[in-house]
Amino acid sequence: MSVSVLPPPSPAPLIFEYNGSAVVAMVGKNCFAIACDRRLGVQLQTVATDFRRVFKVHDKLYIGLSGLATDAQTLYQKVVFRHKLYQLREERDMKPQTFASLVSTLLYEKRFGPYFCQPVIAGLGDDDEPFICTTDCLGAKELAKDFVVSGTASESLYGACESMYKPNMEPEELFETISQALQASVDRDCLSGWGGYVLVVTPTEVRERVIKGRMD
Amino acid sequence: MECVLGVVGRDFAVVAADTSAVQSILVHKSDEDKVMVLDSHKLMGASGEPGDRVQFTEYIQKNLHLYQFRNNIPLSTAATANFTRGELATALRKNPYSVNILLAGYDADVGASLYYIDYIATFHKIEKGAFGYGAYFCLSLMDKLYRPDMSVEEAVDLVDKCIKEIRLRLVVAPQKFIIKIVDKDGAREYARRAYTDSPSEAATVTA
Repeated sequence: MSVSVLPPPSPAPLIFEYNGSAVVAMVGKNCFAIACDRRLGVQLQTVATDFRRVFKVHDKLYIGLSGLATDAQTLYQKVVFRHKLYQLREERDMKPQTFASLVSTLLYEKRFGPYFCQPVIAGLGDDDEPFICTTDCLGAKELAKDFVVSGTASESLYGACESMYKPNMEPEELFETISQALQASVDRDCLSGWGGYVLVVTPTEVRERVIKGRMD
Repeated sequence: MECVLGVVGRDFAVVAADTSAVQSILVHKSDEDKVMVLDSHKLMGASGEPGDRVQFTEYIQKNLHLYQFRNNIPLSTAATANFTRGELATALRKNPYSVNILLAGYDADVGASLYYIDYIATFHKIEKGAFGYGAYFCLSLMDKLYRPDMSVEEAVDLVDKCIKEIRLRLVVAPQKFIIKIVDKDGAREYARRAYTDSPSEAATVTA
């Protein structure tokens, strides 16, 4: 009788779990939604419950940054700087596809000493076509037609989004879906949660809502 | 075992820190002031590597003064906090400072504010916060007892309760603390708290 033994699992990089985060973006009908949790922690200790991870780049482009909070803040500042320069030179806003390439390049420049964050990019492109993508910490882009997730709760988010998502949802239904998916996932992750920021962006308006969930 | 804590009240902010300078088993001194007065209306409570703490806080203070000399107006608290964060972030991947900072300030247009900047340059504006092992005892006390718009007496009472808890429950706890306040009249020392013989008694004996 022989017992097969699996090799021991390699220790996952714990730097991504230092602060705790959850970010998700979904595509709807001529709109998109992007959401994040609100916890800022230092490993087991919760420091703040109103930390924002989703930032505006321009009216129709948002970036959510999960992972190490300090790198998320640094990367956000760099990205906004580059976008403002682009606006001065080109006299227009960046398209989401271009912006995703910018983020990817910025991350790959630090290939051998990376920023420990995983961006989620969501925007309305030409003809207000919704665009979402995510990259890993080295800038490998992953485009998707339905939803993208990142953060410590990413595995739960994949499951929740896969089951709850339907194509061509109207903004209100999209808001409900993304909120429920976010809540369900962060409730299973001790490092993220304490509510959520959800932004639903249509060609004409942006609605930001703060959702209250389990505060633990 | 260094503890720094801060609280924002109605038009003022309080920063308290222990005053022990410890290396391994030796207490070098017990009246080390870890809450630096950056300028007339800003306080910077810092904890961490002693050399880095003094060097970095003095560096920020001198840069603040330079800005004021050059431009004839003082830097706002938010700008100071962002500058501090930027310096820590730039140094992070070259020559990192091991200093955790609570920056409190009063601006006429904004009121009192408190910023949390940890040693890896994580930046957040907060109402109440703490660093060090003492944080494990203080944060939950603050969650329970803090209210926005507290008066000075209420805020200092909250800080005293935190100090009492640290003295009682932290092994090798620092006994002596300094409390500084910043409001429209400026940044100044408010009180010091000395040790009592019995840590379980009320920790409100002043030096």
